[in-house]
Amino acid sequence: MQNTAWEGFVAGHWVDEIDVRDFIQLNYMPYTGDGTFLKPPTAKSLDLWDKVKKLLWEEHQKNGVLNIDTHTVSSITSHKPCYIDRDLEVIVGLQTDEPLKRAIMPMGGIRMVRAATDSYGYELDPEIDLIFTHYRKTHNQGVFDVYTPEIRKARKAGIITGLPDAYGRGRIIGDYRRIALYGTDFLIKNKIACLKQIEYDVFTDDLIRLREEVSEQITALKELNEMAEMYGYDISQPARNAREAVQFVYFGYLGSIKEQNGAAMSLGRVSTFLDIYLNRDLKRGDIDEEAAQELIDQFCIKLRMVRFLRTVDYNELFSGDPVWVTESIGGMGIDGRTLVTRTSFRFLHTLNNLGSAPEPNLTVLWSQNLPQPFKEFCAQTSIDTSSIQYENDDLMRPYWGDDYAIACCVSAMRIGKQMQYFGARANLAKALLYAINGGIDEMLGLQVAPEFKPISGDILDYDELWDRYDKVLEWLAKTYVNTMNIIHYMHDKYAYERLEFALHDLNIYRTMAFGMAGLSVVADSLSAVKHARVKIIRNSQGLATDFEVCGEYPSFGNNDPRVDEIAILVQKTFMEKLAKHPTYRDSKHTLSILTITSNVVYGKKTGSTPDGRKAGEPFAPGANPMHGRDQRGALASMNSVAKLPYRYALDGISYTFSIIPKALGREIKERPRNLRSLLDGYFASGGHHINVNVLEREILEDAIEHPEKYPQLTIRVSGYAVNFIKLTREQQLDVINRTFHTIV
Amino acid sequence: MALEGYIHSIETFGTLDGPGIRYVIFMQGCPLRCAFCHNPDTWRMVHGQKKTVAWFVEDIKNYLPYFRSSGGGLTVSGGEPLLQASFLTLLFSRLRKLNIHKAVDTSGFAEVEKIKELMSLTDLVMLSIKHPDPDRHREICGQSNDRPLALSRYLSRIMMPVWIRYVLIPQVSSDRRDLEMLAQMIYKMPNVERLELLPYHTMGTPKWRALGLKSPLLDSRPPTEQEIQSARQYMQSLLPDLKII
Repeated sequence: MQNTAWEGFVAGHWVDEIDVRDFIQLNYMPYTGDGTFLKPPTAKSLDLWDKVKKLLWEEHQKNGVLNIDTHTVSSITSHKPCYIDRDLEVIVGLQTDEPLKRAIMPMGGIRMVRAATDSYGYELDPEIDLIFTHYRKTHNQGVFDVYTPEIRKARKAGIITGLPDAYGRGRIIGDYRRIALYGTDFLIKNKIACLKQIEYDVFTDDLIRLREEVSEQITALKELNEMAEMYGYDISQPARNAREAVQFVYFGYLGSIKEQNGAAMSLGRVSTFLDIYLNRDLKRGDIDEEAAQELIDQFCIKLRMVRFLRTVDYNELFSGDPVWVTESIGGMGIDGRTLVTRTSFRFLHTLNNLGSAPEPNLTVLWSQNLPQPFKEFCAQTSIDTSSIQYENDDLMRPYWGDDYAIACCVSAMRIGKQMQYFGARANLAKALLYAINGGIDEMLGLQVAPEFKPISGDILDYDELWDRYDKVLEWLAKTYVNTMNIIHYMHDKYAYERLEFALHDLNIYRTMAFGMAGLSVVADSLSAVKHARVKIIRNSQGLATDFEVCGEYPSFGNNDPRVDEIAILVQKTFMEKLAKHPTYRDSKHTLSILTITSNVVYGKKTGSTPDGRKAGEPFAPGANPMHGRDQRGALASMNSVAKLPYRYALDGISYTFSIIPKALGREIKERPRNLRSLLDGYFASGGHHINVNVLEREILEDAIEHPEKYPQLTIRVSGYAVNFIKLTREQQLDVINRTFHTIV
Repeated sequence: MALEGYIHSIETFGTLDGPGIRYVIFMQGCPLRCAFCHNPDTWRMVHGQKKTVAWFVEDIKNYLPYFRSSGGGLTVSGGEPLLQASFLTLLFSRLRKLNIHKAVDTSGFAEVEKIKELMSLTDLVMLSIKHPDPDRHREICGQSNDRPLALSRYLSRIMMPVWIRYVLIPQVSSDRRDLEMLAQMIYKMPNVERLELLPYHTMGTPKWRALGLKSPLLDSRPPTEQEIQSARQYMQSLLPDLKII
């Protein structure tokens, strides 16, 4: 082979052209054994983690923010190298000049930077403020220049919310593996060739934009090179060993997070790729298992330290300071071999070695055909740490192949070949109230949707209500698509992710990811109207602000087709309405049923609903049934969720499941087996995603009172994991009040 | 045959009542009034809701993937499920084609003649022995133990796999003498596959209160971890070949 860094690898198409999947398929070694080969952390890793733990606690005590660099606009090369303890660090590189110090990234919006620095008691450098207010327009400014009064109202009322119009959109995964496999020289050469390939006769808007983007990408790769040089590494050439491979992948990721404060900055699917390098070094006798584990432990320590500066408001929506360093693990190849390797175990083992943690967001791609010992290892790790989420590889593989990864929580995308325009979510429960109130917002008393005749009777009629709901959804879908088109036009223009896209192919498949919140509230409300008697209670203005439910109705979460079919109808209807409207850059419409922790805020902003939920009460997270309404045990609840069709929610369907350890089995040793069977059964039934928490409610209650005892206590909430003690009190209570499956 | 049954509730994710993941039907109605009952709200038949065999067959089908992945199946519990043997016989026979593992969780209060057909369709019986001493048995649950004994003899004769369940209550059922008598009973049953020693708990107490009932065991306490361990060890020494958990 021409390149000595590739010695020992099986050559293929990947040698001549960028094709990481081809490299993996030709070189990886599936592992079907158990976790007995794993090693504890080295003294170095433990010492380093101890130092980091101290910093993390200090950060927690300082209101969640250790320090902010208010004087430097962060870029790939903005900060000099920084270390925690140089002698202990095997993998190096931090975002700013001090560990956990947060950087400012104003391209997304200077207002958000100002609000964030203010709220934590820091002063933004006035010069930076001036530059980005007067001389350099930001994404946020661009969006608001174009927004219509109607969109502003929809946003204010919170019928569409969480929009990335004031900050980075995220959910774009650079193929960071490319840096380790090829080095930046090769990648730059490829991009120059791309530029040549797109010299056409007629320079349209599209072509001009694309050429500018590729040029930006080349610049970003050069800067990344400089950044690595500062740390004493040459990444212009391929990685020569495992340590370099891990380091180069991390450098790629680090460059991205120094420049983009994206809502979710996910890592991709690196473990099996890295396994090839670790395996080669192990075979050569250059490293042993301790050293292999040390590399992964230290890599994960770095990933646990990723920080972005965000506002307090943002934290209310997505609390616990999440960054979604999602790493997708496992899955099956299309040739039938498992993609599980020893390094899949090593990544999960960091939770045992360093204790549980919300980041990296470890996501196991589950297949019926995964090796049994791996399944049970995952189940055991879930029982011990509540830090893993699972997604259905058998469901996603037919759509996305075998080299996709999850961005954020549940969004699958082919690595380096696909991206999404992220769009948070619409409040479908509020939309139902608009259908009753003629488009007037029940909390603000404002006409938000176009005016139409409100429902005048006292008892809600299903057909009448559905007819109007359909019309409100029509308006909502149109407004939502238009809003997203504006946002992403401006994001591409003012806050383009040049490094992440440098690690993509020239031609990318784009999706536009819409979302919905409140599905179970809507399904239950419509079911109540259909199967029981729902009386409207109006306020002095004549607005329906409360409802009286007489009689029982089937509720979502009991595997009852009478209501589950309503939920599917709502999902399908909204998706089809979205798909009617053209999107920016011809991206494909997708939908997610996911709320993160915003179910609490959505609930707060939504009036009483016909299902009996009172104004201000939280929604259920993601696609979960409303708590307390699932009466027939966990499987009935899961089956209701599993019925929601993935093809109408290709951006993912999130379900959060909490259970006390004893309810998994009387004998401790049968618990991982039962959890494994539960996951097999759920995914065989068509479920897409599940968060698994195995916890005693009493521990959570104690943690609210004594956070110092539980610095690493991690729980999974709709699509991500979070340090329990970092949640707001309101959210902590919401988690505790939610259904915990217990024993009967 | 009864097309409808009276049921108390359904638990779709049962992990404590038989092998693997169980769909558990808690049947309504019980002839016993056990002092340590933690579901006294299942006693009276009239408190139940009616469900048909056809409804259950359709509903249970939804959980086949979970049974398959875990080696689980259906458990009927209660209450005393054998009170509605005719309903269960029909249900079990309708489930035959689906090849589901079927277990009955019973205290044994049934006439053998009336449940023979049901037993021919059953894969596992979990037999709760309230107390091995006939007098104590009457004291604790208000009935003699003739019927459970007759049933256990029958189950041994047809070699039905049986799990024995026994509640450990300090001073009431966990003395050495009680355990020895229990061991003697089990020794005579070659078909017993496992013994589950269940620590008494007071989680049922609020239910008693809600129903306006007074539990005669109100003063009893759950056994300590040490008491459970020593009872388990003692039983294991008496029945060295039996799986005891």
